[in-house]
Amino acid sequence: MNPIVETVLKRLGLGAVTLLVVSVIISFAVGLLPGDFAKAVLGQSATPETVAAFQREIGLDRSPVVRYVEWIGGVVRGDFGESYAGAGSLGEHRRQVADLIAPRLTNTLILAGVAALVAVPLALVLGLLAALYRNGIFDRAVNLVTLTAISSPEFFLAYVLMLFLAVRWPLFHALSSVSPDISPLEHLQRIALPALTLVLVIVAHMMRMTRAAIINLLASPYIEMARLKGLSPARVIVRHALPNAWAPIANVVALNLAYLIVGVVVVEVVFAYPGIGQLMVDAVSKRDLPVVQGCALIFAATYILLNLAADIVAIVTNPRLLHPR
Amino acid sequence: MSELDRLTHLARAGRLSRRSFMEGAAALGLGLGAASALADRVLAQAPKRGGSARFGLAHGATTDALEPGNYVDTATQVPFWGAMSNSLTEVDAKGEIVGDLAERFEPSDDPKQWVFKLRRGLTFHNGRDVTASDVVASFRHHMGADSKSAAKSLLETITDIKADDKETVIFTLSGANADFPYTASDYHIPIMPAKEDGGVDWESGIRTGPFVFDSWEPGVRAKLTRNPNYHKEGLPYFDEVEFLSIADVAARTNALTTGEVDWIGRPDLKTLRLLSRNPNVAITEVTGYAHYVLPMNVTVPPFDNVDVRLALKWAIDREDIAQKVFLGHASPGNDNPIAPSIKFAIDPEPRHTYDPEKAKFHLEKAGLSSLKVDLSVADAAFNGAVDAGVLFQEHAKAAGIEINVIREPNDGYWDNVWLKKGWCASYWSGRPTVDWMMTTTYAAGAAWNETYWNNPRFNELLVAARGELDEKKRAEMYAEMQELVHDDGGVIVLVFNNLVEAHSTKLGHAEIAPNWEADGLRIAERWWFV
Repeated sequence: MNPIVETVLKRLGLGAVTLLVVSVIISFAVGLLPGDFAKAVLGQSATPETVAAFQREIGLDRSPVVRYVEWIGGVVRGDFGESYAGAGSLGEHRRQVADLIAPRLTNTLILAGVAALVAVPLALVLGLLAALYRNGIFDRAVNLVTLTAISSPEFFLAYVLMLFLAVRWPLFHALSSVSPDISPLEHLQRIALPALTLVLVIVAHMMRMTRAAIINLLASPYIEMARLKGLSPARVIVRHALPNAWAPIANVVALNLAYLIVGVVVVEVVFAYPGIGQLMVDAVSKRDLPVVQGCALIFAATYILLNLAADIVAIVTNPRLLHPR
Repeated sequence: MSELDRLTHLARAGRLSRRSFMEGAAALGLGLGAASALADRVLAQAPKRGGSARFGLAHGATTDALEPGNYVDTATQVPFWGAMSNSLTEVDAKGEIVGDLAERFEPSDDPKQWVFKLRRGLTFHNGRDVTASDVVASFRHHMGADSKSAAKSLLETITDIKADDKETVIFTLSGANADFPYTASDYHIPIMPAKEDGGVDWESGIRTGPFVFDSWEPGVRAKLTRNPNYHKEGLPYFDEVEFLSIADVAARTNALTTGEVDWIGRPDLKTLRLLSRNPNVAITEVTGYAHYVLPMNVTVPPFDNVDVRLALKWAIDREDIAQKVFLGHASPGNDNPIAPSIKFAIDPEPRHTYDPEKAKFHLEKAGLSSLKVDLSVADAAFNGAVDAGVLFQEHAKAAGIEINVIREPNDGYWDNVWLKKGWCASYWSGRPTVDWMMTTTYAAGAAWNETYWNNPRFNELLVAARGELDEKKRAEMYAEMQELVHDDGGVIVLVFNNLVEAHSTKLGHAEIAPNWEADGLRIAERWWFV
């Protein structure tokens, strides 16, 4: 069978098993945390009777195993269940987990998409140039700037950008308050600062990996041959070294893209951007189990799919893997 | 600027009433006619109608709900009660109880029964009339065995509610309560439309308030538009209000300074001085009823000995904590949970200031030469709790008391620490009446009696004072009760914290109410653009 198709099918199968294991672990872990949704929402106002009444209403008085089995049964049919919040409301006011997650996931995907669109080409170009002019001034400068950016905490970068680009010189919005009814152009304007922060955060890793992968290949005999043939250094790198470097680069890009979807809750909080990270944090601190499980499944699926994409790129760019004997 | 300019500026911002302005103008030598004409001109410019105001709230989570029994923080209290709903009564800026949806309210003689008469012509946002049965249903929603409302214990004293006719509601209480109208003003009890099956419609967001529900993304923003048929003449001033949830304090501050929002709650106290230097920002600070406490469980040694409790009360420098931890935005407490501005409040004697000698004296009386105790704190109790605990540790050393400050995790604090550990930290928003505060927290067997205190004389006075209509007798009883909490109780009242907020100079307001944040939670109804 075509190696790509074979890989895809095997990986999707393993992926489904991984998702199952992840959901079990997450349910178990959230169950270990002190308190539950009723107590978390009522907070200081909780009395034993009101907590008990609340628990009965959302079904928390049943055993965790029963609840999990019910939930996984629903997921398989496409029903992610109902959030504990808004419990007690009837009809369409009951909050479906899918309805809660969908707009937030969309927002996060938009932000991640914009950041990736800028960061990935930028990182590749910078990495190529750094490999081309390695050990020179340009190389050192680029390394310094990107490593500083990745070493600083994200919220620090976010505050610095906010201070200079929104407060001192009002070029961008300080708050990324988006709603479903604004135009795509306005949406882009409002997420300029968080996108810029994320670009700064992820460029370093991808750029350094690109640079390292290419420099690693420059010691190979065929590169020496290309140089002896009299090709310009730029052509040697782009036409001869880069095609073999795609595999490690794709892996790093996939990892960073997954991070953009899963790990940007700090940036979301600083800019008050309604993404899925904040939703997950809120759900965990309030022990809203269906939402936590839904988000966990989505995050796990993100990693699985992006890793799969990286592996496919690795196969496609390597003729030995693409056409095995 | 000249004195007259200052008066004019204040009057225009709505911070000076017409009478005060004229008094000031007269003191400057203006004749009555001139002062009157000037006042007319100035005040005519004061509250402007219209405008779209945006408020940056410090709270907000995706788990917020429209159900009023679960209005736990400002993210639901301010938009859904303060802007969208009304209760039967409300607490005004002076701390007095006035009718909101109710035109008047009268007690029976004991007073075990209260009769509330609704105003004429009240309507819900959808045009339906507000009747007494809506009031009954709105109250019953929080009562009953299956209720999960936070107001359930508050309303346990009601044995019966009856709609006498379309405009009259009669409450029958299990015991006499002269302060019942205050209970009716609670933000958990907005009046909502009744449903045919006896329940109440809280999901649709149709209420009686100054603004009508427009849209809501939980934990993100709530949008409301002006109610043209609001029963209070001339209110509200804004055309549209939007409430944004901005949890991060730096982001909230930036939102205010860049003009993204017009008002923020809970600014960062540490950088407040810098914020106040901004010419477009004004800071408001009100001393309300809110206070921070360190409750000791009096059923557990060593706190079961009253001399140990008194020793700890004398071993703390509250002034120091108010200055260092709250940067002066709080006034030192005196182990009395009743704020000075509340009716019948007293300052118990002797004032518990920092006196290590007295602390040592009480320790000796308890038969101890030194004391080692654990104090469990987390910033979840109140911002600065950990710092306050560490400062207390230093103060207490001079009295021979060793306090082991245990920093507990914020997550699950209210489950695992509060009401469970022997000595911890907590906060109270305070209540507008002595009875309410004492019943909630210091009565024997109360669900939130965090000190587990059970003082027979106190309990006796509490019930007696609740039904006492004679003000003088009541004042005496409450004075004795406060003295008892001060001398015998297990609570250390650290400070009364000020409600500090910041807003753009484009907004104007009248006197700010002290009972809750955001001008009694009703900022959308009461404020305007200048």
